[in-house]
Amino acid sequence: MIRVLVALFMIGATSVSADTLRLAVTTSFQNSGLADVLLPEIAADTGISVQLLVVGTGQALRLGEAGDVDAILVHARAAEEAFVAQGFGTHRREIMYNDFVLVGPSDDPAAIADAQTVRAAMISIATTEAAFVSRGDDSGTHKKEISLWDAASITPDGGWYRSVGTGMGAALNTASAMSAYILTDRASWLNFGNKRDLAMLFVGDPALFNQYAFIPVNPSRHAHVRHAQASILEEWLSSGKAKTLINGYRIDGEAVFTFNAE
Amino acid sequence: MGEIWEGLIAGFWLVVSLDADLVEVTLRSLQVTLTAVVIASAIGLPFGAWLAIRRFRHRRATIALLNALMGLPPVVVGLIVYLLLSRSGPFGVFNLLFTPTAMIIAQVIIITPLIASIAHQAIRDIWADYHDLLISLSTSKIQRIKTLLWDGRRALITASLAGFGRAIGEVGAIMIVGGNIDNATRVLTTAIALETGKGDFALALGLGFVLIGLAVAVNLAIHAIGQTESEGKW
Repeated sequence: MIRVLVALFMIGATSVSADTLRLAVTTSFQNSGLADVLLPEIAADTGISVQLLVVGTGQALRLGEAGDVDAILVHARAAEEAFVAQGFGTHRREIMYNDFVLVGPSDDPAAIADAQTVRAAMISIATTEAAFVSRGDDSGTHKKEISLWDAASITPDGGWYRSVGTGMGAALNTASAMSAYILTDRASWLNFGNKRDLAMLFVGDPALFNQYAFIPVNPSRHAHVRHAQASILEEWLSSGKAKTLINGYRIDGEAVFTFNAE
Repeated sequence: MGEIWEGLIAGFWLVVSLDADLVEVTLRSLQVTLTAVVIASAIGLPFGAWLAIRRFRHRRATIALLNALMGLPPVVVGLIVYLLLSRSGPFGVFNLLFTPTAMIIAQVIIITPLIASIAHQAIRDIWADYHDLLISLSTSKIQRIKTLLWDGRRALITASLAGFGRAIGEVGAIMIVGGNIDNATRVLTTAIALETGKGDFALALGLGFVLIGLAVAVNLAIHAIGQTESEGKW
């Protein structure tokens, strides 16, 4: 019995070899399909096998605080800056951006397709009480949605506002089944396979800008984190090759991410 | 309806083509769950037997508690195991979080009460029959437990298979402690959750049918090995 347990613990301990790196990323990064393009190239160029933990931004930051991952790649600027300020991360490096979009039923009962600004679109959804699905999981997308409601001076409440508390994909499935409006990022939307009656209705407001940033976990707080590998990965992510791959990534012929690392 | 049909076809092709990812994920599902079942059975079966023959002060409360623990919510178990194994937790130094070992630990915690509880029920019935015989032969407690475990083996297989059934289909706990990392901790159930999230229902269903097939295959294999339901044996 003891021997079996010891053997199991050995398996567990050896399954993380020296050249792996644990990176907590947002669901949108994984669902976009970009990870499948970048990870093999990273492994080929640097020898680092990146293990992705696909979680919401809130949970990604928690994993970083606890030292359970070596670095994080997320999209919620205020929370990221607080994370670095509290000493959990060494620094914040901007890598790329895409944009958030408002998706909804194609007959558009709140007429947000005609709205001039995202603020007007949000007000229109709230006043017509059209069904709206919220991530409700403290993710980057959820934080953005809350900031949009705040900007429109609306406290979303009532039967039309449905907070589902799940990842991007599950929330999109819910919205799809209920023909509801939802805020999502362009990459997740384009790669989503269950669109049904939903269509992309409102895009292009500067307030919908979505910046992704890379933060290595601070080795002075967690001595075990693989900071050297995280630095190598950061170099790679801000390299010319990453630029070509990220800018060149297309879903249905549409570019989804724009590289902007300096 | 169309999607269920597409799922069946997707599952069929995944199996026929022996998709490399599918094989890897399936083997990991089996590795994690079978290991968990073996460990949980090693703990739960003797404990169930011991509980059946031993009389002690809080026996009733212990049994009630054990039965209640059968309904242990996997997500809560996952969260607790996560907090224990986290680098900031008490067992963080072992570096077990996000490994198959962490998933095994969580599953053992989830299914041990189930196995022990079913074993206890089964052994109690046998004990009622064997009580006078084993007492009159002045057997030791260990001998009694061994005898009861052996003669109750078929009911105990059912106990272990119930544990297997709960563990192989479990997703809440292993998602939290395993992290669903590709090529490291992804198993069938977490892969299904992932594909559902991408809206790829056909692939998700296909994986689901593979999972169901796997559960059936394991159950048949256990019965074949145990030679239950064959002529001349009970």
